[in-house]
Amino acid sequence: MALVSENVMKLFRGSGQSSAPVVPQKLNRRSSGMAEISRLLNSQEALCVLDLGSTSASNIQFLTEKGHKNYSEDLLRASLDPTLRVKDEAGNWATDGKRFLDENLTYGNALFDIVLCWNLPDYMEESLVKPAVDRLWSVMKPGGLLLAFFHTRDAGPDAPCYRFHITATDMLEMQEIKLPAVNRKDDKNSLRLQRVFNNRHIENLFRDFASIKFFLARDNIREVLVVR
Amino acid sequence: MDTPKSGEFAHIGKSVVIKGELSGSEDLYVDGQVEGTIELRNNSLIVGPNGNVKANVSAKGVVVQGKVEGTVNATERVELRKSAVVNGDVITQRISMEEGAFFKGKIDIQKEPGKAAPVAS
Repeated sequence: MALVSENVMKLFRGSGQSSAPVVPQKLNRRSSGMAEISRLLNSQEALCVLDLGSTSASNIQFLTEKGHKNYSEDLLRASLDPTLRVKDEAGNWATDGKRFLDENLTYGNALFDIVLCWNLPDYMEESLVKPAVDRLWSVMKPGGLLLAFFHTRDAGPDAPCYRFHITATDMLEMQEIKLPAVNRKDDKNSLRLQRVFNNRHIENLFRDFASIKFFLARDNIREVLVVR
Repeated sequence: MDTPKSGEFAHIGKSVVIKGELSGSEDLYVDGQVEGTIELRNNSLIVGPNGNVKANVSAKGVVVQGKVEGTVNATERVELRKSAVVNGDVITQRISMEEGAFFKGKIDIQKEPGKAAPVAS
């Protein structure tokens, strides 16, 4: 009898306890910055590329098929490691920036031709952003390119954080990132914008680099292409 | 290549911990912990969902469902399943990766002579 009632309840619940993970829908976005990076990837061989977004098979496919060396490091996920949270001298919780840099972005100097930073600076904890950018400066070759996306104020604090998949064109595929339970600070599984950089902030962030180019997009995003 | 039937693969169960050098000439399924090196030149390694490998791995093919920390060198192919967490460099001819797999490191695709290097998601 109990089995029958359980089956009836399953019928009402629909598919029951489906364990299939929900794969976030893919959206498309045209990217002027990616178009410039793509031109470089298509015209040169054996470039060294660092992808700082969430692991993407599409990006690995695109880069390795063209004969480039692909390094992948999900820096945002690494920055959310709960063991990095320590109490400072005043007893306040802070992120251990020294340990973060000891464990991440540990490459030789002047290794990378291209760094795909995506929207990392907008979602990473503020105290880590400048040190991470300084480290990127040292691991990039002179003349190397870095692509980053920054939201404008109009995007709002709940602007979804995406992972980006390279396609063969200037079109990027985007999928919203959902946080694993271990990295959540509250019961929400979405990442929130930590701040909005204005143009001056962005210029300061990359002040050690040789040049910076802005591309304004309609979706409250500024794309930034920085030359080391 | 999911959980293999016993007899097809040498099997290291989830309660087993091995430290040292592991080598062999048959396929190996690791669902426990291995620390050291794994060398299966002409055979395959499967790291099961409970597997935790901290080792440099050399094999013909490697399928990861659990955790691997170290350099993975596979002469034929590497498959990272959705639960895979890999920290280390991967050197292989082909790699496939499921949605949800985590990878930190360098991917070095060694092309077969006259062929492109396919990567599937």
